[in-house]
Amino acid sequence: MFKNNPTLRYISHRAAWYFLTFLVAVTINFFLPRLGTANPVDIIMGKVGTGLDTEAAKDKEESYLKEFGLVEVNDQGELLRDEAGKPVKTSNIKQFGRYLVMCFQGDLGTSFLNYPKKVTEIIKDALPWTLALQIPTIIFGWIVGNLLGALAAYRRGVFDRIFFPVALAISSIPFFAFGMLLVYVFAINLGWFPAMGGYAGDLIPSFSLTFFKSAAYFYVLPFLSIFLILAGGQAIGMRSMGIYELGTDYIKCAKWFGIKENKVLMYLFRNAMLPQLTGLALSLGSMIGGALITEMIFSYPGLGMAILTAVQGNDYPLIQGCTLLVTVSVLIANFTVDILIGFLDPRVRAGNQMGGK
Amino acid sequence: MKLLMNLLKSPSFLLGAGLFFLTILFAVVGPLVYHIDLNTTAGSYLPPDSQFRLGTDNLGRDVIAMLISGLRSSLYVGFLAGTIATVVGTFLGVYAGFKGGWIDDIINLVTNLFLVIPTFVVLILISSSLKDGRSLTLIGLIIGMTTWTWSARAVRAQSASLKSRDHIALARINGAGTFTILVKHILPYIASYVFMVFILQVASGILSEASISMIGLGPYETVSLGTILNDAMRNEALGDGVWWAFMPATAIITMIVFALYVINTSMEGVFNPRLRK
Repeated sequence: MFKNNPTLRYISHRAAWYFLTFLVAVTINFFLPRLGTANPVDIIMGKVGTGLDTEAAKDKEESYLKEFGLVEVNDQGELLRDEAGKPVKTSNIKQFGRYLVMCFQGDLGTSFLNYPKKVTEIIKDALPWTLALQIPTIIFGWIVGNLLGALAAYRRGVFDRIFFPVALAISSIPFFAFGMLLVYVFAINLGWFPAMGGYAGDLIPSFSLTFFKSAAYFYVLPFLSIFLILAGGQAIGMRSMGIYELGTDYIKCAKWFGIKENKVLMYLFRNAMLPQLTGLALSLGSMIGGALITEMIFSYPGLGMAILTAVQGNDYPLIQGCTLLVTVSVLIANFTVDILIGFLDPRVRAGNQMGGK
Repeated sequence: MKLLMNLLKSPSFLLGAGLFFLTILFAVVGPLVYHIDLNTTAGSYLPPDSQFRLGTDNLGRDVIAMLISGLRSSLYVGFLAGTIATVVGTFLGVYAGFKGGWIDDIINLVTNLFLVIPTFVVLILISSSLKDGRSLTLIGLIIGMTTWTWSARAVRAQSASLKSRDHIALARINGAGTFTILVKHILPYIASYVFMVFILQVASGILSEASISMIGLGPYETVSLGTILNDAMRNEALGDGVWWAFMPATAIITMIVFALYVINTSMEGVFNPRLRK
């Protein structure tokens, strides 16, 4: 069936590839934090152990060790001990096996900081904010940036001479720097928009009009700070792609035939867009990373903020949960773009290898 | 030589190089002409006056002194990360592109894997596990080791396209080994390209350091532009409108990155005549 349907074959190829990437990502996610010497239980004990005597502290430590799956347990749920009476540590490989099983069951462990809250619960609260901020921003930024870039390439002249340096300047501003600037000017100095948060402090998240209004109001600055930089960067890429395509024979030919300008622009856009889509797929990771930092600047109640608090409080399960989720989101986004390329690029549909790989 | 002359004729290259030269000057000459003292403290968040031209930070340290030493650290991390990323990436890319076959497939697979897994995430994971002893060098190393994929990908395509040129075949007939061919007959052709990649890698190294320091995973007990921003963010500088605590540092980062981007695009314009018109 795949032989007759190259698009389907392409998609299943990509899916298999992304699954492999996912496995590598999970492995990295598990082993990298264990490179260091910091023992998560020591950290949490420093927080809960104060005020307890040694015996009680020891009991508590052992119950935590058990809970986080760091020690061996027998069938009755009791700790296995060596001769010295110390609990037997689970090997890293075994821990990894458990971690994998837990991941596939959708269990990312328990947060240290907000014990006994589950990591998945915290992420579930944060994720909608991040998605609501990033998906529209990236899509609109890409579309607007590319349209402007194509226009600049086609028109050149004064429009291009003003537009290009401005776009270049904007796209080289780091996300966080631009965010800070916007907060300082529009929130602190002018007071037009709120400086931090995702909604007014006296509201509780709900599906009401007042809440949506408040959320929209708080949305403006974070949106702008990501959108403008993104659009600028895309416009620059599209501009050079467009200029390149303008020099090709098919465009010259189309012009000589006297085909209408708008139609030539369409040809140009379509051909220059594919490398731009591939470029989008490649830079999604850094875009999302940058946008997460923007969330931190604005104290936006999304994943960025969750990562920030987790890092500041050494909350390893939460850090790991967030990083895994970010990675998975980037993979899903990439996969989506790849499928889109599959549908838009006739070469892929014809069953050829993707250009440039 | 002719390329260099062409570059010097391009106004945007001059702008970029000039700006970059200014920041280097600030970092190198700064400590010689300006007295840097990060231990003496005055009042916290003093506004700019005649003694402290850019005010003081939350601990009462002179912002200008902080900026000079922060810029030095950031440039160091940027160049270290950029060099590692470019060297590793160029080596793997050139080799994979030239060799082709299963070696190419494997290197390509690994490159694409790590391109998709966000660098930011890997940085967070490594940095958060190394609580003590996060030195500038270590951070630069980590950044370099996570960003080489970009150079590898870019260089591989170039190397693969050179592989079938006649002079390579001639070299092979004359009994040149793979290594000789790579160094003598492929690298010179893509040197300008590698240099452009290097510039972008330095810029991304500086940005990565700033981002990772900003969330509090930066170098330990060292001032960098990122840690200045982290201090400012943690101590309510933004909410209190203490602009001198974060604005100069962001301005410097933006200026370096902008300068490097401008250098890169102007070089692209010179090397790719179609863009010039």
